[in-house]
Amino acid sequence: MLRFVVRRLLVAALTLVVISLVTFGLFFAVPSSPAKVMCGKNCTAEDIAQVERRLGIDQPLPRQYADFVGGVFAGRTYGEGDFRQDCPAPCLGYSFRNNQPVTEIVAQRAPVTFSIVLGGAVLWLGLGISLGMVSALRRGTAFDRAAIGVTLAGASMQVYFFGLILLYLLVYSTGLLPFPSYTPLTESPARWAAGLLLPWMTLGFLNSALYARLSRAQMLETLSEDFIRTARAKGLPARQVHTRHALRAAITPIVTIAGLDIGTSLGGTFITETIFGLQGLGKATVEAVQFLNLPVVMATVLLAAVFIVVANIVVDVLYAVIDPRVRLG
Amino acid sequence: MVELPTPRRGEDPYLRVTDLRVRFDTEDGVVKAVDGVSFAVERGRTLGIVGESGSGKSVTSLAILGLHNAKRTTISGEISVGGRQLVGLREEEIRRLRGRDMAMIFQDPLSALHPYYSVGRQIAEAYRVHHPRAGKREARSRAVDMLGRVGIPQPAKRFDQFPHEFSGGMRQRAMIAMALVNDPDLLIADEPTTALDVTVQAQILDLLADLQAEFRSAIILITHDLGVVSQVADDVLVMYAGRAVEHGSVERVLRAPQHPYTWGLLSSVPSLHGDADADLVPIPGNPPSLINLPSGCAFHPRCRWAGVNGDRSRTEIPELGPAGAPGHLVACHLPVAARERIYRDEVAQVGVAR
Repeated sequence: MLRFVVRRLLVAALTLVVISLVTFGLFFAVPSSPAKVMCGKNCTAEDIAQVERRLGIDQPLPRQYADFVGGVFAGRTYGEGDFRQDCPAPCLGYSFRNNQPVTEIVAQRAPVTFSIVLGGAVLWLGLGISLGMVSALRRGTAFDRAAIGVTLAGASMQVYFFGLILLYLLVYSTGLLPFPSYTPLTESPARWAAGLLLPWMTLGFLNSALYARLSRAQMLETLSEDFIRTARAKGLPARQVHTRHALRAAITPIVTIAGLDIGTSLGGTFITETIFGLQGLGKATVEAVQFLNLPVVMATVLLAAVFIVVANIVVDVLYAVIDPRVRLG
Repeated sequence: MVELPTPRRGEDPYLRVTDLRVRFDTEDGVVKAVDGVSFAVERGRTLGIVGESGSGKSVTSLAILGLHNAKRTTISGEISVGGRQLVGLREEEIRRLRGRDMAMIFQDPLSALHPYYSVGRQIAEAYRVHHPRAGKREARSRAVDMLGRVGIPQPAKRFDQFPHEFSGGMRQRAMIAMALVNDPDLLIADEPTTALDVTVQAQILDLLADLQAEFRSAIILITHDLGVVSQVADDVLVMYAGRAVEHGSVERVLRAPQHPYTWGLLSSVPSLHGDADADLVPIPGNPPSLINLPSGCAFHPRCRWAGVNGDRSRTEIPELGPAGAPGHLVACHLPVAARERIYRDEVAQVGVAR
């Protein structure tokens, strides 16, 4: 088991190195002069050269990459002479537009996205899996058909439509909920939850559709397996047959999809963040792209990749925990 | 009501099935999977149920355990287990009997065991369902004990291993240990050796016979392999298209078979004693659709002798009736004399049959 995890971690580290190389190359090597872009319209050649020196992009490319990696692990200092900016580790770059280390920007934005996604995921997984399971057990009944209909509606709706309807119904017309806002969990758990309830409900309902359908199909397939018949032949009560034997086997593919889903969403939920006016990673990325704030774009792209890689490792390990047959391989 | 093979020990048979009918409602129509089957099994004895796939043998055993989907299945007749009438009993009450008084061994132990739980845990679980007061440790030692009794070496170590870490024969032994963990009085083995190597088959059959001697349980052995039947069964029930076509002691049914379908089964088994160059004689055609059974005797389209008795085989369903020896029954319209002549002159001569 330990060897399994170590091997996965090594592969993941290698993947991240490759991804960082590619993003680095794309953003710093391809545009003719990132300094020109950052500097603005009324820059002289002198100004551009200065910006290049401050950013460290006057150096040869391998050196730049080494500096970047060094910054991530040990921190670095940008600028020259009397213009100096410290960027402590983990330094993901320095945004001269915001006059802020990129790490600081990410540290402000990431908790917002994390809160939205993790709270939403609890809802969509809980709702989706239980709905799918009950549908499968009551296959063909009115409940089953209703659940399938509702989840189909969920699957075919868009965040910006459903989110706005919820916003109108629950905030503007009835005032049941406050307008979404972000309060750090550490400051006040109650306000944190109240402020994020609306995005959670939106994501929860829309994403649960996929999970309800998936877990219904998985459950139906598992219920027809021989080992379920064995469990019943032992005299186990139906509840234990369904949870301990059927759900346990049906959950494996759901874990895979959920892991990747969550990993992807952590990189940014732009539409949700925008509708509810929350300053998350998704919004930060899109804004950075609009203003060609390259260090921020690069950092968020890299971060999104890290989330997906990490989610993959978590899924792999969970898989091994769930299915003993995987541990051999 | 026909007379069943007479009990030999003067005690009531542990399992008595009377006029069992099992129907499934499907979109294509009603499937008459079992249609009026009766038999009985005493403790310490083994009944072999033989037939092609779709003959209703597995459906019969699942009906005894009450494992059919109640919504789509109609079961009528009587199933009496240890004096209790099971047909119409509430699911909760049947559940309490399942695994305790009657247990089942399935064909493919790899798919019949849960892939995610250790073998020992699955056996211990079977014990704890019916011994709610037993602690974890007690269930574990009971499971280890059972693993040892079915001949698995190092049972304490094997307890924590998973089904995929067992060989096919060991898995079936573990399955048997799980079925016997609560000392059931009735054991149903559904093709227990079909998925195994021939050498392992014999070991498993020996094991079942030994355990039966020890536990004195009634066993139903479902198989399509007449070799297996001759090895372990005391009585044989031959099923075709959901009905019993021949029923009697293993000596009678295998040595003096009366039904053309039984003849067909015997002729399609290779024998060491016959002519090595003789071809096996398969039964022509396929088993009939259970939704749309042939009229009269369901076997008539595949029977070479269906015309011997005029039109009766095509119009009238034959009842199970006496076939000479006591307890030997057959459902065939052929007159006794014709049956004996045909078997002697045309079937037994072929040489591959024993």
